Amino acid sequence: MKSELGNPQSLQNTFNKNAKKRDLKQNLVALSFLSPWLIGFIGFVIGPMIYSFYLSFTNYNMLTAPQWVGLDNYIRIFTNDQLFIQSMKVTLIFVLISVPLKLIFALFVAMLMNMGHRGSGIYTLIYYVPSIIGGSVAIAVIWRQIFGRDGALNHVLAWFGIEGYNWFSHPDYALWVLIILVVWQFGSPMVIFLAGLRQIPGELYEAASVDGAGRVRKFFNITLPLLTPVIFFNLIFQMINGFMTFTQAFLITEGGPVNRTLFYALYLYREAFTNFRMGYASALAWVLLVVIAIVTFIIFKSSKKWVYYESEGGKS
Amino acid sequence: METKKSKTSSILYHSFIIGFGFLMLYPILWMAASSLKPEHEIFLNAASLLPSDFRWENYAQGWQGFGRYGFDLFFKNSMIVTTLSVVGALFSSSLVAFAFARLKFKFQGILFACLLATVMLPMQVTLIPQYILFHNLGWVNTFLPLVVPAFIGGSPFFIFLMVQFIRGIPRELDEAAIIDGCSWYGVFWYVILPLCKPALVTVMIFQFMWTWDDFLSPLIYLQNTNLYTVALGLRAFSDPDNLTAWGPLIAMSTLSLIPQFILFLFCQKYLVKGIATTGIK
Repeated sequence: MKSELGNPQSLQNTFNKNAKKRDLKQNLVALSFLSPWLIGFIGFVIGPMIYSFYLSFTNYNMLTAPQWVGLDNYIRIFTNDQLFIQSMKVTLIFVLISVPLKLIFALFVAMLMNMGHRGSGIYTLIYYVPSIIGGSVAIAVIWRQIFGRDGALNHVLAWFGIEGYNWFSHPDYALWVLIILVVWQFGSPMVIFLAGLRQIPGELYEAASVDGAGRVRKFFNITLPLLTPVIFFNLIFQMINGFMTFTQAFLITEGGPVNRTLFYALYLYREAFTNFRMGYASALAWVLLVVIAIVTFIIFKSSKKWVYYESEGGKS
Repeated sequence: METKKSKTSSILYHSFIIGFGFLMLYPILWMAASSLKPEHEIFLNAASLLPSDFRWENYAQGWQGFGRYGFDLFFKNSMIVTTLSVVGALFSSSLVAFAFARLKFKFQGILFACLLATVMLPMQVTLIPQYILFHNLGWVNTFLPLVVPAFIGGSPFFIFLMVQFIRGIPRELDEAAIIDGCSWYGVFWYVILPLCKPALVTVMIFQFMWTWDDFLSPLIYLQNTNLYTVALGLRAFSDPDNLTAWGPLIAMSTLSLIPQFILFLFCQKYLVKGIATTGIK
């Protein structure tokens, strides 16, 4: 390299000649680095997705070959499947209640953690603990006990003379038992909010104080608008997670009572792995994908109205 | 800061946070306490966090498991699956992320968009065809369906996390190495990988936590009791047909969380940083 530096012309020539060769070589090197993911992406994501799309137009029980039925599965889903309507309804209600609650909780605690008091690092960790273990079978076992007839909650209520129920098998409360469990795991949006809060320049608050703004005004005019990109991010991720909720409903309420907690993922699992209707379950999966895509699209579209980007003037 | 007013507000603040934190941790504390309670006390004194006397029998009894299968077997299975998955995730995410962050290649933009799209892809869509695939490969009732995906970039999150991290490492370092005659493989192995330690630790923690907790994949792929992971073992243990007593069940539940707790305590610094930078669950 160094010897050629004296002559820019020859450097340019060698550069051009070598460029193609180097491009090819670098493509090959890149291919070798990428190959694990490429194999996975083609063999375990794209391939299966195409196959699943095909299956959604068939009846397939894994014993005999898939049988082409055209649009029958989709027609049945939308016109003649009470459980589809029920599970979609349950899932939407669950997402609509649990996601905002979780985010409000996460933001509230993150703001407490960001007040500059001593020990907030340790507190953050403590509040994060439920998020690591919340999806486990162990917590499902505990939840069944705590919200059971003879459980801890009813014992506490008994001190106040209230007689409780077997909460997770009561049609009106079963879903709430699961909502509480999910909101309890607000740790990761909290940490993300905390990172967002720390990015807000302190001068803004100082300037607002000089202008005589109180806490509430500062929150609505500074904190909330500047946090909207983080809120947006958390909203999308929690929403997608909400639609995929499975384990805790499977373990704690088993979809019951009277299908009040029959989450979509649970219904899909049953169709696929209990009834072995692989074709129908694939159609259900594609409907889920489209629903999630639509909701994501709506949130993205609406984000232009409420997410603050520094280049434009802020709208809150 | 040292005025009287700030002192009272500080006391208020800390008592609120501690009280609220106690409420948050109550279910976990309750579990740990109940695992030491004698059987009748679990329901009699359900809300209390103090066992009248400490009993370790629940653990001894629970460890026996059910039928011929003890929890030693389930823990061993979980350890095998988790360890291999962690190795797989470290392997695939570091290699692939290096290519995206440092190399120039054809279709780079499209491929990166594909990667990001799969981050958002609900797993239900690929669940069924993947099951059929593994079924046809004869992998059902082996650990392979739980482990192999990790080796081929099954968690695009991790690749994304590593890409972000590697982009933050100054390019001058690899340029210098290349001028010194290092190949791209050398740059990866000797320059980038050692500097990626914090990101690798984050990947390790999350993969460990998720695999250890994972319920759906073992539920689908492992039907023989001798292959059960702790999650499946615990579920079978809590089944009314097998359930002999709450005490041992709660004891085993507590025990099943210990590996995650240990990892959390030792690596919390990386964990919190990892979530903040990438926003993973």
